[in-house]
Amino acid sequence: MNDLGETPEQRALHRHLEDRYWLRLRGRFSKEKLILALAAPVLAIVAALVLSSLVIAASGKDPLHAFSVMIDFGSKSDSQVWIVNKAIPYYLSAAAVAIGFRMKLFNIGVDGQYRVAAFFAAAVGGALALPGAIQIPIIILTAMAVGAVWAGIAGVLKTTRGVSEVITTIMLNSIAGSLIGYFLSEDKLAVKDGNLFHTTNLPDSSHFFTIPTDPKPIYGTIVIAIAVGLAYWFVLGRTRFGFDLRAVGRSEPAAAASGVSVKRMVVTSMLLSGAVAGLVGMPTLLNVSYNYGTDFPAGIGFTGIAIALLGRNHPIGMALAALLWGFLERTGIRLEFEDYAQEIVEVMQGIIVLCVVIAYETVRRYGLRVQQRKVGEELSARAAGTNDKPEVSA
Amino acid sequence: MRRVTQLAAAATATAALALTVTACGESSSDSGGGEKGKGVGLAFDVGGRDDHSFNEAAARGTDRAKKELGVKVKQMTAGNNETEATREQRLTSLAEAGYDPVIGVGFNYGKSINKVAKDFPDTTFGVVDSGSEQKNVAGMTFAEHEASYLVGVAAAKKTKSKKVSFIGGVDNALIQKFEAGYVKGVKDTDPKIKVEVDYLYKESDKGFNDPARAKDMAKGMLGRGNDVIYTAAGQSGAGSIEEVSKKKGAWAIGVDSDQYRQKGLEKYRGAILTSAVKNVDVAVFDLIKSVKDDKPMTGDLTFDLKKDGVSVATSGGFIDDIKDDVDKASKKIADGEVKVPSTP
Repeated sequence: MNDLGETPEQRALHRHLEDRYWLRLRGRFSKEKLILALAAPVLAIVAALVLSSLVIAASGKDPLHAFSVMIDFGSKSDSQVWIVNKAIPYYLSAAAVAIGFRMKLFNIGVDGQYRVAAFFAAAVGGALALPGAIQIPIIILTAMAVGAVWAGIAGVLKTTRGVSEVITTIMLNSIAGSLIGYFLSEDKLAVKDGNLFHTTNLPDSSHFFTIPTDPKPIYGTIVIAIAVGLAYWFVLGRTRFGFDLRAVGRSEPAAAASGVSVKRMVVTSMLLSGAVAGLVGMPTLLNVSYNYGTDFPAGIGFTGIAIALLGRNHPIGMALAALLWGFLERTGIRLEFEDYAQEIVEVMQGIIVLCVVIAYETVRRYGLRVQQRKVGEELSARAAGTNDKPEVSA
Repeated sequence: MRRVTQLAAAATATAALALTVTACGESSSDSGGGEKGKGVGLAFDVGGRDDHSFNEAAARGTDRAKKELGVKVKQMTAGNNETEATREQRLTSLAEAGYDPVIGVGFNYGKSINKVAKDFPDTTFGVVDSGSEQKNVAGMTFAEHEASYLVGVAAAKKTKSKKVSFIGGVDNALIQKFEAGYVKGVKDTDPKIKVEVDYLYKESDKGFNDPARAKDMAKGMLGRGNDVIYTAAGQSGAGSIEEVSKKKGAWAIGVDSDQYRQKGLEKYRGAILTSAVKNVDVAVFDLIKSVKDDKPMTGDLTFDLKKDGVSVATSGGFIDDIKDDVDKASKKIADGEVKVPSTP
């Protein structure tokens, strides 16, 4: 604008300064973003600690003593091994749930998927007697395939019939229970052992290796969890498929408009989620029980939902969350031993998940507001600046 | 840039994990007290001490031991959907702290007791409803099917609609024992009576503490004309008893404890015909006493009708009129004249 009386050089300088200003502003936003990112977990931890203390205090006990018992007992070496072992299936379950979450699919059927998968994998494994190098992969692949099929049913029903996966997966959980119950009887796939029914034991060759630590070993199936974590990070974050999946999660119409087949993505991700869910039972099957019996752990699928929420669907976040869960359960028994109510730990777990979800949402909204205000201010300042310029440069 | 931070985070997390696992040398057993003779460690099954039924029977045994033998008792309770690891830890913490004997109430502890017992050869362990696999474990099992047979006889004598039913907590081998005995007892008395059998859960141990579900099931059974309901489902049984008490002329049969005498069920006691009592309290008391006397009981121990391990409750006097029939059946079982099947 020549009527401002600027030479072309002055104008260029102006532009340059203006650009630098905006760049700086953006830089400041990202620094704030970092602070905000840290604020959420810190806020969640502080709130969870305060609320848990209140609950413990309300039950007439000393919260500080409870925390010191937990930290003291949880840091013992045998506790740590226990926690890591406990965290392995939790992590796998969380990863299975998170695959769905990333594209806004709520797979609450992980529980049924892993149980059906572990059951049939155990039945297959018990019927074969091959060298471990062949048999273990067969067992694992069977589990993944069965889990995928079980979850796939929900995926197909959603895409062909429009049935919400929330309904189908939770119903499939209960069908899974009945199916296993049906086959777990003596005249079918089970043997009776005292009061328990279980599938034929896996041959010794199918026992997964363990990592010797003192006093109890760590389950070798931890490598499966690590592999799943790496694959999750790579496939979802670094491939076109992962991009499409997240795109569908953000906005279905937008993804469809850019050429992604939403239906195919729904089925594929349910299959993937189910395949990973199929792995949840493997640490127990291959490292602990060597059979699927009436005492096979149930409910890990639901724990996985909490852990995926807590870990924000992030591969490392979920690992930390799974370990935290293991820590709470390990120390919870100790708390009961010290005459605290047994339910305290469950209350704590609930509080932590709530705090994390609420804290992240609060911080996100706060960040958004701050950003909006800043941008608004800058824009009006800029507009005012342009008007003022003649006087300033005069 | 993002990749670098993520990698760094991953590396730190792994390193931290590796360090914590290897570096920390002390294990909890190194630092625990561990002196002997602290008393009895009792680990309950799901439902906890106040389930008015199975756990409470065990608790009565320890209460008696407290009074008569002056021992201290530490109680812990199982949660739903527990894994072996959790049960093992519970038992380990009791044994480690020096409790002796350590008793697991419920077949859920069958595996873990035998496993933990191996690590503590000088402690006596006991498990109710499961067998012994170690030298220092007493596996205490009961002839539930025999007591169930007798309440089946009572049910058959009392029903007017000629329809009676059975609710099991979980469809497993143990609860099937109750079913088998009950059905046989009913059929031996009157083969024309229909017995409706149903289970709350196929495989989840939630079946032992879900009174709401038992209540719904009982409601359905009453609606179909059943007028005697025998519920073998731990704490869940309270729900079924409550529902039965609402219907005039219908009877509930309790399990494990004499449920007529349960404080928590006082309101409904008018509907509790009888109970198939499992004298878990006697077994638990005997075990504690044997340890106190330095002659610990071990191995597989069966408590049947002959040994008074199981019995039929007569509180309330509702079965006084048919007492002869029950006694006759009881004698036949004790003499071996009637063989009660333990599987349906």
